[in-house]
This record gives sequence, structure tokens and C-alpha cells, in this order.
Amino acid sequence: MQTNAAQESWLPNRGAAPAPPVGGAPPKLLKQEDDAMTEIPLWEVFIRPRNGLAHKHVGSLHAADEVMAVQAARDVYTRRGEGTSIWVVRSADIVAADPDQAAENYDPAGDKVYRHPTFYDIPDDVGHM
Amino acid sequence: MLWEGLLELADDHLVLGHRLSEWCGHAPMLEEDLALPNLALDLIGTARTLFDHAGKLEGAGRTEDDLAYLRDARVYRNCLLVERPNGDFAHTMLRQLYFAAFMELYWQQALDHTDDIVRGVAGKAVKEMGYHIRHSAEWVIRLGDGTEESARRMRAAVNALHRYTGEMFEPSYSELPNRVALQGAWEARLKPVFTEAMLDWPNDVFMQTGGRQGIHGEGLGHMLATMQILHRAHPGATW
Repeated sequence: MQTNAAQESWLPNRGAAPAPPVGGAPPKLLKQEDDAMTEIPLWEVFIRPRNGLAHKHVGSLHAADEVMAVQAARDVYTRRGEGTSIWVVRSADIVAADPDQAAENYDPAGDKVYRHPTFYDIPDDVGHM
Repeated sequence: MLWEGLLELADDHLVLGHRLSEWCGHAPMLEEDLALPNLALDLIGTARTLFDHAGKLEGAGRTEDDLAYLRDARVYRNCLLVERPNGDFAHTMLRQLYFAAFMELYWQQALDHTDDIVRGVAGKAVKEMGYHIRHSAEWVIRLGDGTEESARRMRAAVNALHRYTGEMFEPSYSELPNRVALQGAWEARLKPVFTEAMLDWPNDVFMQTGGRQGIHGEGLGHMLATMQILHRAHPGATW
């Protein structure tokens, strides 16, 4: 979690994932001193490193619209050949599960270890799975 | 001679690459602070290959460093457009758009050049210029069709820079693509961008020239002084 001091400025958070939602509130822009910058929305960036792999969240950035967001993602997150595909999503469009519901969401799975595929004997002929 | 033509091209790329690198740490937002050096590195990479190749073809033993760091403004052959000061963001983006749109067409003509290195550079640079056009055009459109202030700055950039575009299409060395023939396609590429950006395409502009003959603006000397001082003070310095 970020300190209050860090939340006073949007600068320390740039290029990093947004602060996790607190108390179920959706992610929102941090306080910004410059009014012009408050109009520039935040975008989450997803990069697919290779064919066959899924897009993975790599961070966030500010851009005026979706075209500029894809370009900025290209410049900020694929400079070292990290990707073959880029997705961007407005941070405000992400819906997060309510942390207050964590117990009812996640705890019931805790005692159902039989759901893991580790209870089967694999014949030697199958080799590595 | 081919090497002289390559030197001209290398000068264009190095000077514009250095100009863009001056934004490093000063861009209006982090995203652009990374994007502009990305563009700069594309250009400087191309310049290095061209300097190296020009030096070898010349056969006088000059290395890429000799050509980049030990020549004065008077013998630089870059066109005037690329040496124009960065100005504000509108100036920088328009200068980039003008140059990239020209170079993309130019490198397309060089894709089947007889020289292996020229062909190799062209193949790589066509893609890089494609991105430079996209990036700068999107900004030109957003600034031109943005706020009153951004539109005013964009128009000011057109007024200041358009007069330097004619020089790009001057005849050059016969061993390289014919620049004169590219002007129509260049204008056709840019006019829709201007329309979208709510900018008037300037007609009947007096075109400033002289860069190819070594007659440069005052700014190039200052730029080269900054760029060359380390190599001149510590010849052969590496890091």
C-alpha cells in the first residue's frame, strides 16, 4: 500500500500498477496538482510476450485516448522486445472484486484440495506432463 | 559519389537524432520522455551505419566517430529542417512528421538498391519511419484540433517550419533515390493529416535552402559544440 504522502502526488505511481482498490472502491486517479493532467486518463497495459501465451498485465500509463495509449504502451513497455501484441484498457473500466468479500469468495476453495490434478497416477509411457 | 550521398543522409539522421535527444528528461509527460529518445535512437542507429559505410567507401580511413565528431558545421550536409531548434512540442512533432514522411518514401525507393548496406538500412528504416509518422501525425492532429492554445501553437509551427521542407526534394547524388520525384507522394501523404488537424496546407511558401552546401543556421554550430565536445576534449573516449 502507498503512504498518504505518496498519494499526494501522482508522480511516484507512474508506470506502476495502480494502487489496489480499498474497501471495494474502483481504482481512481490520484490527486494531481496540474489540472491539465487530470484530464488525461489512466490505462492498464497488457502485453503478450509470445504467440500461444496470454496477455499479461505489465503496468499502466497516461494517454489522452486509445490510439495514444497503444502508442505509449509500445514506447514504454516493448522497448526491449518484450511483446508481440498490446492491449490497453481504461483503468476506470476495470471492475475489481470487493476485498470485504474475500472470505466468502476465496476461503471455501481452501479445503477442496481434490480439485488439484495431483491425485492421478500417470503411466510412465506418458512421460512428462 | 555514393559515399558523399550517404554522408548527407547520415548527417540528416544524426542531427535530427541529437535534436530529439535534447528532449530527454524534458518531455511534457513520462510516456513522451521515453517515446522521443526511442525515435532518436532509431535515427542515430541509422546514422551510425551510414557514417561507417560512407567512411569505408571513401577509403580515407575516416571512422564513424571521425565523421560525426570531427567535422565542423560548415562541412555538415544535413538539410536545414532537421537542425531547427526543438521549439515547443508542436514544432518538434511537425518537424518529425515532415522528415519521417519524406524518409519513408525515400527508403522505399532504396529497398532494391545495389549496395547491400543501403538495402539493409532501408529495410529496417522503412518500418521505423512508419512508426515515426504514426506517432508524430497523431500528435499533430491532436494539437491542431485540440484547444485554442494547442491549435495556435500548431499553426505557428507550420508557419515556422514549412519553408524548410522544399530543400528535402533538391536533386542529389545519382547513386541514390531521386528525391525530386518524391514530393508529390509526400504532399499526398501529409495533406490528409493537415485536414484532420484543421491546418491549412501552406502554398507559395518561399523555400529556404543551403544546408546541402554547408550553409546552416546559427543553431547547428551550438548543437555540434555540445555534441562534439566530449570527443574533441578526450579523443577516442569510450564508455
